[in-house]
Amino acid sequence: MAMKFEKVSEGKYQLDVQGYVCPHPQLYTKKALEKLQSGETLELLFDNPSSGESISAMCDSQGDDILEQAQDAGKTMRWTIRKH
Amino acid sequence: MTDGVVCTTEGVGAATSRANTWRASAVVGAFLLLSIWTYALDARYLYFSAYLWFGFIYGASLQYGRFCMASAIRDLFAVGVPRMAVGIMIAVVLFSLVSAAVTVAGKSTFHASPIGLYSVVGGAIFGFGMVFTGGCATGSLYKTGEGSVSALLVVISLSFAQALFVDVGGLLDALVPASWTASAAAKSMPAELTVTKGWYDQFLAGYIWDLKSVTAGDALGLASPAAKAFIGNSLVNAILPAIVILAVIYVRWYRKGWLRKNKGAAPGPAREVAGWWSMVTASKRTAIAGLVLGVAAGLQMWVMQTLQQKFGISNAGELLTAMGNTQGLSLQETVFDPGYFYVTTQEAQGAAWVLAQLGMDLRDNIFFGMENGIPSPLANPVLWMSFSVIGGSMVMALLANEFKLKMPTREIAVWAIGGGILMGIGSRIGMGCNIGAFFATVTNGDPSGWLFALGMTAGGYGGVKFFNWWIERKMAKETPLGF
Repeated sequence: MAMKFEKVSEGKYQLDVQGYVCPHPQLYTKKALEKLQSGETLELLFDNPSSGESISAMCDSQGDDILEQAQDAGKTMRWTIRKH
Repeated sequence: MTDGVVCTTEGVGAATSRANTWRASAVVGAFLLLSIWTYALDARYLYFSAYLWFGFIYGASLQYGRFCMASAIRDLFAVGVPRMAVGIMIAVVLFSLVSAAVTVAGKSTFHASPIGLYSVVGGAIFGFGMVFTGGCATGSLYKTGEGSVSALLVVISLSFAQALFVDVGGLLDALVPASWTASAAAKSMPAELTVTKGWYDQFLAGYIWDLKSVTAGDALGLASPAAKAFIGNSLVNAILPAIVILAVIYVRWYRKGWLRKNKGAAPGPAREVAGWWSMVTASKRTAIAGLVLGVAAGLQMWVMQTLQQKFGISNAGELLTAMGNTQGLSLQETVFDPGYFYVTTQEAQGAAWVLAQLGMDLRDNIFFGMENGIPSPLANPVLWMSFSVIGGSMVMALLANEFKLKMPTREIAVWAIGGGILMGIGSRIGMGCNIGAFFATVTNGDPSGWLFALGMTAGGYGGVKFFNWWIERKMAKETPLGF
């Protein structure tokens, strides 16, 4: 599955890195967040549990807010992050 | 910031959890059955089971704490996240203290490695490769337990790369310095090893064996065994460097973010200590895993030494000989048996055994022929540990509902195999991986482990730079939003 980064609506973006393992999800997330303006949100889809720890710590360090963390039955994690 | 975060788990019901509980129980049951069955066959299989159950603890801890040395270096440089580097330093401190106690009790199985530039070179190649694979040697084992086929590809490529790398000659022989060849030839070695052919044999016999090894306790000239172990080996070689590294990480990567969240804190040493402590305890899972790994790794040495004394052996090769299983032993009738947490060599043996079944004989070199042997997986106690790292991780992943069989894309597979080959080459040049050449060494007073860490960090930094370039290039081409 190829990586997807697209604008969903005004101020809302989606990054889909399902199928990717470390370090791809955290690196793509970092670069996607760099693309966003302050206050815009990123919906992040990934399925590599280890990356979640790094992404959470990275958001904490940079001051970005993780608004929602959900996981579906297929083990896909769907996080919503608001850029600081 | 994660305060006020909404966490939901959609569709992950009790039925799934129950199914995973059964699956996890089945994995534990299989390991238990193996231990009981082999013990019933021959009580000496207890030695194998000791490796197996420590591996199980390592695998469970690694998965619980997402404990991976690749991410320690990579995430620090790539995304500025220090949690894993912190967890590893916690493990280093605890392992060194338990090791010191085990050493004073006369139960240590540790042998210091020679000190030389090879550690830096091997560490750099290993560190560069592990950025691309997504996991270090142990990280790839535990991620295999989570169902990652790309991690399994890393394990396989790392194993076969090692097995072939120690046996190749040809063009590589031309790169061997004449002094190595002369020094190797001057040693009285069995003719079947042909030590002046094959670059790795000359690297070992003509270079590595001529280097000196020493522990910090001995180098400082401390007289009493307790002072050597606790002050020299633990405090000087492990705890103080770990504290310095934690301080550097705090100042460089953590302090700024912490101060932003704690604007009301009064400036001064108390604020810095509070910030430093916040960093150490930021990821409780990682800290707990580091604690368990550190203590278990120290205890394993005590248990293995106790079992060696019980069976009257100093190497598992003697045990296998007594059990009537001499196939695959080295010329010295030994097999690889470090007696502590170690990864990579046993996997190279596993790959060499597979190649032997296909008709390729790799015993004409020092690494397999004289030192480690090529026992079958069933007769390789250390390989039992590697399998059980995968098993322990699988159990934890199932219980946490995180197990998922994940096939890699072609791109991920290429990264996994390419990185795994580099890790295999680096681990043979560095005489171990992040565990054997770093974690187990620095914690036992051996300064060579810091040289490996230095190389691994430099290689990891280079790997991150390369990977960043690659991703930016890829994104600029493939996404309409660009990066």
